[in-house]
Amino acid sequence: MGGFASDTFLAALLFGAVTAAIPLLLAGLGEQMSEKAGVLNIGIEGMMITGAYLGFVSAYYSGSFWLGFLTGAAGGVAVAALMALLCVRIGLNQIVIGIALTLGLEGLTALLHHFQFSRSYPRLPAAEVTPIPLLADIPVLGSALFRHHLIVYLAVAMVVVMIWVYRRTQFGINLQAAGDKPAALDVAGIDVIRTRTAAVLFTGGMAGLGGAYLANVGAGLFIPFITNGAGFLGIVLAMLARGQPVWVLVGALVFGGCLSMTTAAQVAGVNIPTDVIQMLPFLAVMAMLVLFGRRASLPAALGIPYERGAR
Amino acid sequence: MMEHPRAGLPIVTLEGVTKRFPGIVANDRVDLDICAGEVHVLLGENGAGKSTLIAMLSGLQQPDGGRILIDGAEVPIRSPSHALSLGIGTVFQHNMLVPTLTVAENLALGGRWWKRPRTAELAARVAEIARPLGIEINLGARVSELSLGEQQQVEIVRALLRDSRLLILDEATSMLTPKGIAELGALMRRLVERGLAVVFITHKLGEAADFGDRISVLKLGRNVGEIPPERLRSLERAALVDEIVAMMFGRQAGDDAVSIPPRAANDDALLEVRNLSVAATPDAPGLDAISFAIGHGEILGIAGIDGNGQKQLAEALAGQRQAVSGSVVLAGQEINGLDVGGRRRQGLRYLTDDRLGEGTVGTFPVSINYFLKEIGEPPLWRSGVERSREIEARARELTRIYDVRTPGVSTPVGRLSGGNIQKVLIARELADGARAVIFNKPTYGLDLANTLATRQRIRDIAGQGLAVLLISTDLEELLSMCHRIAVISQGSLVGTVPNGDGAGERVGRLMIGIAA
Amino acid sequence: MSGEAVHVRAAPLDASAGQASRRDLGRRLLITLGPILISLALAGCVLLAVGVDPLAYYGFVVERGLLSPLGLQQTLTRMAPLLFIAAGLIVAFRAGMWNLGGDGQFLLGAVAAAATAPLLVQSLPGWLALLVAFLIATVVVVIWSLVPALLRAYQGVNEIITTLMMSFLGVSLANVLVKLVFLDPGTTVPQTRTLPVGDRLPRLFETTITSGLVFGLAAIVIVHLVMTRTAFGLKLRTVGANPRAAVHAGLNVPLLTVVVFAISAGLIGMGGAIDIIGIHGNVRADWNPAYGLAVIPVVFLARMNGFAAIGFVFLLSVLSIGGESAARRLGVPQHFTLVLVSIVLITLAIAEYLDHRFNQVRRT
Repeated sequence: MGGFASDTFLAALLFGAVTAAIPLLLAGLGEQMSEKAGVLNIGIEGMMITGAYLGFVSAYYSGSFWLGFLTGAAGGVAVAALMALLCVRIGLNQIVIGIALTLGLEGLTALLHHFQFSRSYPRLPAAEVTPIPLLADIPVLGSALFRHHLIVYLAVAMVVVMIWVYRRTQFGINLQAAGDKPAALDVAGIDVIRTRTAAVLFTGGMAGLGGAYLANVGAGLFIPFITNGAGFLGIVLAMLARGQPVWVLVGALVFGGCLSMTTAAQVAGVNIPTDVIQMLPFLAVMAMLVLFGRRASLPAALGIPYERGAR
Repeated sequence: MMEHPRAGLPIVTLEGVTKRFPGIVANDRVDLDICAGEVHVLLGENGAGKSTLIAMLSGLQQPDGGRILIDGAEVPIRSPSHALSLGIGTVFQHNMLVPTLTVAENLALGGRWWKRPRTAELAARVAEIARPLGIEINLGARVSELSLGEQQQVEIVRALLRDSRLLILDEATSMLTPKGIAELGALMRRLVERGLAVVFITHKLGEAADFGDRISVLKLGRNVGEIPPERLRSLERAALVDEIVAMMFGRQAGDDAVSIPPRAANDDALLEVRNLSVAATPDAPGLDAISFAIGHGEILGIAGIDGNGQKQLAEALAGQRQAVSGSVVLAGQEINGLDVGGRRRQGLRYLTDDRLGEGTVGTFPVSINYFLKEIGEPPLWRSGVERSREIEARARELTRIYDVRTPGVSTPVGRLSGGNIQKVLIARELADGARAVIFNKPTYGLDLANTLATRQRIRDIAGQGLAVLLISTDLEELLSMCHRIAVISQGSLVGTVPNGDGAGERVGRLMIGIAA
Repeated sequence: MSGEAVHVRAAPLDASAGQASRRDLGRRLLITLGPILISLALAGCVLLAVGVDPLAYYGFVVERGLLSPLGLQQTLTRMAPLLFIAAGLIVAFRAGMWNLGGDGQFLLGAVAAAATAPLLVQSLPGWLALLVAFLIATVVVVIWSLVPALLRAYQGVNEIITTLMMSFLGVSLANVLVKLVFLDPGTTVPQTRTLPVGDRLPRLFETTITSGLVFGLAAIVIVHLVMTRTAFGLKLRTVGANPRAAVHAGLNVPLLTVVVFAISAGLIGMGGAIDIIGIHGNVRADWNPAYGLAVIPVVFLARMNGFAAIGFVFLLSVLSIGGESAARRLGVPQHFTLVLVSIVLITLAIAEYLDHRFNQVRRT
């Protein structure tokens, strides 16, 4: 059992936690904006798997991680555009369409992957890391937290950006109005549909990016259904965070830690099924819901399509 | 009567504006001149087309016919933001502030998204606008913490922040106290003195007579008459009211004269409430030791400003809301322990004020809505199985007896008008063994014909010996039929006044916290 | 006078509502079949894009899932668990609750049945053993559903989230149970004990169709009748259509919420149990057919009507049996079924929207 205490083991555990947390963070931050604007984006899982697939294919053929991230985000935005058209513009049921998009894109990416790579699962090379000067040299923490791909730091920086957007910008105010009282936003002269569409597109971009990271950096390969509920976890994180980006980060790290322990336990040769550890984050969430559920607050108009003049 | 105005220039002119919705013509060739420096009252019953007219002026709807002229030039108002840029600001009947945002953020709402809200500049401008009007605005307060009157002031200031030349106030007094209404009247006066045009929409004759410089009357979507400023000034108030009534209803005033139903000789209490208390919740006041008794055939009115515990009282009596303590006795029998269904079977009925929100299921047919409170009970259900033929037959019968105008009993109830939905509710609550009935704002939002019919229905059932608890925010209504009027304030009854000479004044004093 | 205005408003609505139902039925058929054909074409384009002849593929799927005797029998057998799931979802959706936890509920039901049935048959008569295992599985899943049910009923916690979470938990828990608790010591393959073929639910007549199909059909028909014809069903629909009206009418909404979850999850758990005691006989580690999410579109397509759901479940079964066969023979992964189902769902939603808009325009 000495392996648990060693510095390298701890560092690997933390490193894995961050790696696993990043896709959840990106998805959670993205979903948070949709929910703020009043759209329950159940299709986020579909956006993530699209991002994962396109991100992987593009990185695989171009050899560029950055092109992979860009393509992944673009794929997510494309799916989000369809979702926005159906659910925001013409007001179809957000849950029905969300589930349809998720199922369809999981199937489609699996199908495309099959015809492209048959049954082989080619790997990408390990992503180059950008150590942060000085900080990266701290024992244990340095190699765990400050030797990651640049996109990781950008993802964490997004938390700050989102706080600024929600607290300080006109767009942030408009978003909250679109979720809490869309009619008020409309009569104030701002197009509710456009505001919500922007939020959904942002969600798509973030989810696509998260998917691309998950495939390219986290796993180094694409396998069908690789997101395995990460998008749904993003929804949960966004709901629990009650509109605060910081709590999405905290939640993502908790989940990431649990996921990382799965791998770590295997490395350490602990003889319990990975399923037990996989259950931990969900158990944690359910416990949080049982304890704090009553206080979870959601936008008043969440899930309700906006129609001007409807009474 | 239609001679052209002397004062002010028309800012907005409507020429033959028509708007159709499925099945109705909401506005039918409406002509209207809205002039600077005038409070222009748009008067009409519910369904007369006032709200549709406002929706077109504020860019929410587009007319199907006719044209709208701004400063003499034809301009189609394409969207709410276009209306704002034309200088048309609207304060809607239902407030349009985001409760979770602060006042400052609400005022900033509508700025371009890439711009940063400039708080300091905003504060300066708000002060500049609000001070001369005598309005105090706390920019940092969250809207959900403000009273309805304060929220309305925020909305008016917001409209003025946008350099509005025309301010539209839609049913602005429905949520205000008598004092608040007077203050709003004074505020409108100050605004028109500064050269603005104000359109004030109401269905209350008194307010029209008190505040208006010019009065236009809408009826069934048509502009049926206008009283210009000079004529308005030359008339006595009573004569003015008579003239408006004649325009609105084409009949003599006084149709709804005071008429208190005679009491039966039996004066025993039929419904008795002792020390009923309900805990306060974050969004509603509690009740504090409410006690009263209502005799056979008696109508007890509950007066008070909206939101002082009226709904909680009705819900606690009906068994819909948990009481902390106290007892409810109906015909000598304690019914505290019973749930909603049990109390209903004992003869206690509750007619809610929220007809679509909780009174009915809009997508269900009229027939099912009649029996929503007795699902599963015989004879319409047998061992839990629906007997559709019996349900339909009984529904037809109720439709006929209560004169519900519906295409059929299988029509979704949500498609009926407010007056007819109210008849469905009345039929449901009065049928089969009612002994005591709680009416919560029974005529709220109804047009005059349905209001009068509903009031007569209430008098009739009292005449039959039932006990009636009539909760209303309309003092005239209470004075027109109650035997006694109790006043509720912050969850307790602050006094009870027998109806008669001077009762109105005494109730009014109780409502604003002065002993009667 | 206002009465007249009201009448004017109501009359045209009546005209459209009371129109000959035959035309209405025709329209319904059109807006159901039209989108399905369009979807087949769209999904065919996907096949073309990956170099598969869509006509050959569809032909093969229809041949293997519908026309060949063996395929048809497999299809009908596949329907058994799916019908239970559809029945469970109809109860929840009609009552306005989004039970998205079907996968976890299904697997736990399956594991509970697989854990108990092989042991019970050793001591009880065959039919009783199956019945007891079936009931145990149902009870286990009903208890499992109490968590999101109580949270929603008494804490107001959104059930979409809790059921999704519980689904992930349930899938993992089912695996843990298979690997750690109910592992068959007799084999090296990680799986539960196996119910001998002879002890499983009888087959229908001379075919390979499980008699579970009959139970599934009975379940969904009963659910449909209860929801549309009884006081209980009307109460649930009232809660679904307007929860505040339900409170006002004196319905115990929290209790009904818990009951809805119990019935919904119970039925889905029964689906899992039927799949084991009727078809598979055991649960292998990491087995997850993901029927739960796949049936959701079916229930939407059927507009929560039980009889329509039977038809759509049949279609889904044809597609999935034919698709599995095609995966082996034509090399097209069965995931294509997911693509097709989701395209159908989206085009149908759009068709319904267009139909609605068309009606609105016509009324004006």
